[in-house]
Amino acid sequence: MNDLSRRKLMMTGLAAAAGVSGLGVAARIGQKYGLVPPDHGGIYGLGETLTYASQRLVTRHSLAREFPRSQISKPPFANEIPPLNEAFKRLQAGEFTDWRLSVDGMVERPASFSLPQLKSYPSSSQITHLACEEGWSYIAEWIGVPLSQILDVVGIHPQARYIVYFSIDPDWWDSIDMADAMHPQTFLAYGLNDNELPVGNGGPLRMRLPRQLGYKNVKFITHLTVTDSLKGFGKGLGSASPEGGYAWYAGI
Amino acid sequence: MARSESVQWPLRASFPSSASAVPATTVPSRHSALVRVTHWIATLCFLALLVSGVEIIISHPRFYWGETGNDLTTPLFKLPIPSSRALVPTGYGYVLPDQNGWSRYLHFQAAWIVVLTGLLYVISSLVTGHLRKNLLPDKTDLSWRGFSIAIANHLRLKRRSEAEARSYNVLQRLTYLIVIFVLFPLVIWTGLAMSPAFVSAVPATVTVLGGQQSARTIHLFVSVSLVLFLFVHVVMVCIAGFKSRMRAMITGRTGTHMGRT
Repeated sequence: MNDLSRRKLMMTGLAAAAGVSGLGVAARIGQKYGLVPPDHGGIYGLGETLTYASQRLVTRHSLAREFPRSQISKPPFANEIPPLNEAFKRLQAGEFTDWRLSVDGMVERPASFSLPQLKSYPSSSQITHLACEEGWSYIAEWIGVPLSQILDVVGIHPQARYIVYFSIDPDWWDSIDMADAMHPQTFLAYGLNDNELPVGNGGPLRMRLPRQLGYKNVKFITHLTVTDSLKGFGKGLGSASPEGGYAWYAGI
Repeated sequence: MARSESVQWPLRASFPSSASAVPATTVPSRHSALVRVTHWIATLCFLALLVSGVEIIISHPRFYWGETGNDLTTPLFKLPIPSSRALVPTGYGYVLPDQNGWSRYLHFQAAWIVVLTGLLYVISSLVTGHLRKNLLPDKTDLSWRGFSIAIANHLRLKRRSEAEARSYNVLQRLTYLIVIFVLFPLVIWTGLAMSPAFVSAVPATVTVLGGQQSARTIHLFVSVSLVLFLFVHVVMVCIAGFKSRMRAMITGRTGTHMGRT
């Protein structure tokens, strides 16, 4: 072995060691500042982590584009929905008067809200674009109460890191980080285009996150849990989506 | 002592010990190691993006112009293929299996790797002079005469001389420049314009394109252009000599030198 190749070998070794320890430091910093998604494991973890971390850094406070009323899609598009279960049909027969949103986990005052109670808070509206991962999209006016307002009412603990939200369909749940949860455009939506939110669009209550794709906007919301870790939920990947092969973070 | 040693090693490396046999290492590489490595990483990423991109299109093979588009609106055009979603009217009596989950994970992972690889390639091309020496065409080539010679040689499928085989002609240079500095930036831009989170931070990314659905449609057209480039590129490699071109891009050595030694 001559000097040149020995030097090359040493430099390569040093570079590799620096690279590995650099990755280790990056992973620790990423975890600390909430830049690592829960589905970071596996072969696609690199791409997911790069997407989530870079978008978290760039978009923490940015607002989704809002449109004039003239750009509202007529009629609003309602995608196919999974078969509605017995529990839903019972509540629908009673015109959703018994629909409840329960909030628990890392909160001072666990609570259960009826739809009129949710509507008693000052309502907000946004005319935003909803894009499905499949490729289609529509613009609608969404009316609801900002999630941050409900979280203020129940009083979340300072160590809270995620809000897990559940549909009445037991296989349908998802979660968001606090940047999205406290974002002013993250709504618990109960109205669409000056009307009640139709069942086809997720009524009577739907999570609305205009900065993420349609599938994060879970329909028929009945339950929120505030947590500091996603480990205890499902397979610990943050939502039902990664379990079905789809990314947890859908800001794309 | 240490000083004389440090002067000696590059000299030893650059002068062959025997004049009769020219070792392969002294023959300048047809393609530098960086060009070769980034070329093959980009190739793998492009194929991954292509397969996953086709899978994603299958879930909604309709294209629109403007901000919005869905099954209730009139498309700009439809691809005559079946869909992986039951709600999309395709005219086919069956629905393909949903492959979007892994396709989307793979699409974005390959996009990240090809973007980082492309940045490494462009920055190092500027530093090493690869861009100036090998890709920017000579002024004399940028004339009708230069073009007509290059086009005539292509049309006659003329095998290139040894000197030509060691550099790019004007058509190749312009094609590579368009791919690197027009098509790749466009496909990245239109991809980002479809991200609801990214456009919330930089709305102009999508508004100057006319809307999110316009961005999706342009993304398709640019991708088709890149696939056409890939097709022509592979055909030209076959005409120029598949074995020697592949060897040049894998090992850096050309067939002519291998034959001579």
